[in-house]
Amino acid sequence: GQFLGGLGFVMVEKGTSLLKMMEISVAEAEKRTGKNAVNMQETYTVYLIETRPVDAASEGTNPVPDSLWRRYSEFELLRNYLLVTYPFSVVPPLPEKRAEFVWHKLSADNMDPDFVERRRVGLENFLLRVASHPDLSSDKIFYSFLTEENGWKETVFETGFQAKADSRLKALNATFRVKNPDKRFAEMKHYGDELQSVISQLLRVRARAADRLYGVYKVHGNYGRVFSEWSAIEKEMGDGLQSAGHHMDAYAASVDDILEEEEHYADQLKEYLFYADALRAVCRKHELTQYELEMAAQDLTSKKQQREELATGTIRTFSLKGMTSKLFGQETPEQREAKLKMLETQIEEGEELVKERNAECEEFVKSAWVDIERFKEQKDHDLREALISYAIMQISMCKKGIQVWNNAKECFSKM
Amino acid sequence: MSAMSAGAPRSLASSGQKSIQDILHPLSAEESALNPGSAAEKDLILPNGTPVDTSSPASSSSLLNRLQLDDDLDGETRDLFVTVDDPKKHVSTMETYITYRVCTKTTRTEFDLPEYSVRRRYQDFDWLRNKLEESQPTHLIPPLPEKFVMKGVVDRFSEEFVETRRKALDKFLKRVADHPVLSFNEHFNAFLSAKDLNKRQGLALLTKMGESVKYVTGGYKLRARPVEFAAMGDYLDLFTQKLGTIDRIAQRIIKEQSEFLMELREYGPVYSSWSSFEEDLHDPLEGVSGCMSNCSSALEELTEDMSEDFLPVLREYVLYIESMKNVLKKRDQVQAEYETKLEAVVFREDKKTPVPTDVEKCQDRVECFNADLKADWDRWENNKRQDFRQLLTGMADKNIQYYEKCLAAWESLIPVLQDKQEAEGETS
Repeated sequence: GQFLGGLGFVMVEKGTSLLKMMEISVAEAEKRTGKNAVNMQETYTVYLIETRPVDAASEGTNPVPDSLWRRYSEFELLRNYLLVTYPFSVVPPLPEKRAEFVWHKLSADNMDPDFVERRRVGLENFLLRVASHPDLSSDKIFYSFLTEENGWKETVFETGFQAKADSRLKALNATFRVKNPDKRFAEMKHYGDELQSVISQLLRVRARAADRLYGVYKVHGNYGRVFSEWSAIEKEMGDGLQSAGHHMDAYAASVDDILEEEEHYADQLKEYLFYADALRAVCRKHELTQYELEMAAQDLTSKKQQREELATGTIRTFSLKGMTSKLFGQETPEQREAKLKMLETQIEEGEELVKERNAECEEFVKSAWVDIERFKEQKDHDLREALISYAIMQISMCKKGIQVWNNAKECFSKM
Repeated sequence: MSAMSAGAPRSLASSGQKSIQDILHPLSAEESALNPGSAAEKDLILPNGTPVDTSSPASSSSLLNRLQLDDDLDGETRDLFVTVDDPKKHVSTMETYITYRVCTKTTRTEFDLPEYSVRRRYQDFDWLRNKLEESQPTHLIPPLPEKFVMKGVVDRFSEEFVETRRKALDKFLKRVADHPVLSFNEHFNAFLSAKDLNKRQGLALLTKMGESVKYVTGGYKLRARPVEFAAMGDYLDLFTQKLGTIDRIAQRIIKEQSEFLMELREYGPVYSSWSSFEEDLHDPLEGVSGCMSNCSSALEELTEDMSEDFLPVLREYVLYIESMKNVLKKRDQVQAEYETKLEAVVFREDKKTPVPTDVEKCQDRVECFNADLKADWDRWENNKRQDFRQLLTGMADKNIQYYEKCLAAWESLIPVLQDKQEAEGETS
């Protein structure tokens, strides 16, 4: 079986060919110092990616896995490449760049070991998600990201994906001009917006609640101290008080583990917060292709109009050329002939373009919708699992609470 | 009977060092029967100075039983039961106030009837306590809940406030009823039985009212508190400190819990609004929201309970300790008076004349006070232990109940969350 990593809820039921072949993990994190692009000293973290052929484990031998170190920025580069190259895929998100939605005890510092550890787990999860995606998993650049330490960056740039990246900027403006977006995509985009909004809210309130819960538990530790002091001035009551105090200390200490576990839950929510963004990107890309189709169609229509006017001599549409020719005299029949011919060519090309764009659009809608459906199923499954593990966590917390207070009660009853 | 001979200090009736059988109680039936008018016999008074109705011999012997040092007043030996309940609001043109029903059941012959039911207000309890302090100055009188409440801050007529007060008043009367000396106090009797408490005049119950023995003499300086009483004083000081700390911690916890509750109340509804635009996840998310709402209610109950049941008891004990420290001071005064007068006598030239009765009386007072105080101290220690055991196990119980409620809520949610997996085969 495939090692699923810390978050353990990656669907590998479909079993991509990549995952059938190799095990992937992000095993460690290390600090490095080096000179950056402007020759300044900087400290950064690198993550160890380990890959191991699947058969090796089952054969009983345990060879040293292949491994290489990558930093966060390289993961970002990989993801940008995937975004551009597979615009119809809901590309898995990376763990957050900076710690957000933190409650006070957690550090917002990127170099904080807890943050680094959670990021390591998030990066592993990212790789596993990509590796289990039906389209993304077979990408060569992704494969070399996992296996080729040197020269990978150059290879990525050689694909020229950055040129295509510019079109993404266009996508941001496309919304207002699309006349007929596919209704399903419009709904999906709206869903993405709502999901992002509600998860943000959830994470904010959760962080505040975590803060408060921490306070409640920790103050109980003060009982430990005062019971101890009090027991010193008592005769028969002393023992019971003293031992009860120890339980109060244990109670206060237990909140650290509880909140650490809750952090996993927050990370699971965050993944889908960022996934909402990826979903919206696909919808916007659809709008862009639709927009380009509509532009091409519009252009074709206007060219056809012009031809008609030229052929029949009637001016229905305003054009500067038309006006000037009216003002400064008609054109010669030869000129008209030449113009008509040009228009015909343009119309031919235009029709080709519309056909192309239409095909593109249909192709995009088809592929994208497949991946969106796949994503929906994954999301429903994952979030349900996340809620179940959250409930299990709460149950465990309640049981621990009952145990501690029962212990304390026993001590009190012996007072 | 050495106990009764003049010129030597009377043996301590309630010293705690002798066994019951060896102690000759001034009220022992044999004494009164043998020496009804003996000059050696002093007025039959309790060690604390309160006169006792000994017109019927039966009462004296039964009194003896009740004045056993070892007062394990469990259900079998108890013959006086008091409860405070049924608070009611009274509105008049002059004022609005609450009265409480005070029910008494007793087999004691000091009471005319076996049962009583009267209505009393806080003022009446306050009157009783003052009377007890006045007439039984050598004893530890249990405390009342605080008298004054800030009019704007606390609602004197809210259910919670009235209930908290009722519990404290009930405790107060029960403590008095359980006390082997205080429970026989005539003011207590009147409080429980009289239709109208006529608080201004003295009560006609007993003709031999006895001078309100003035123990608070004042003005004498005590050289040193005896070790055992100094230890009591030190303990009380330290204990008050600890109680104060516990009070502050409890308040802080309530505050943190309230703030956590506020966040929980916001947290739950977010899941609900999320569920509104999900299909498959609608029920699970709605379920989580409902679960959190249940946990919120449970937490609210816990916080309220701690406020209403835990904190008042702590504060009551602080008041108790204050009045105990005052009793210790009074004892010091009595001892100081004795020592001063004794010194004056000792330094007289004529050492052959017997110690004047004035000094003797002082000595009696000191010894009686000490005896009463020690007995009451032991009783108080015992009660304190029980009270705090109950208080703290109560606190543990409330927390356990809170977690059990939350546990039930989350456990019942699991099947809802897993529902799809089970239904997968059945639905589309």
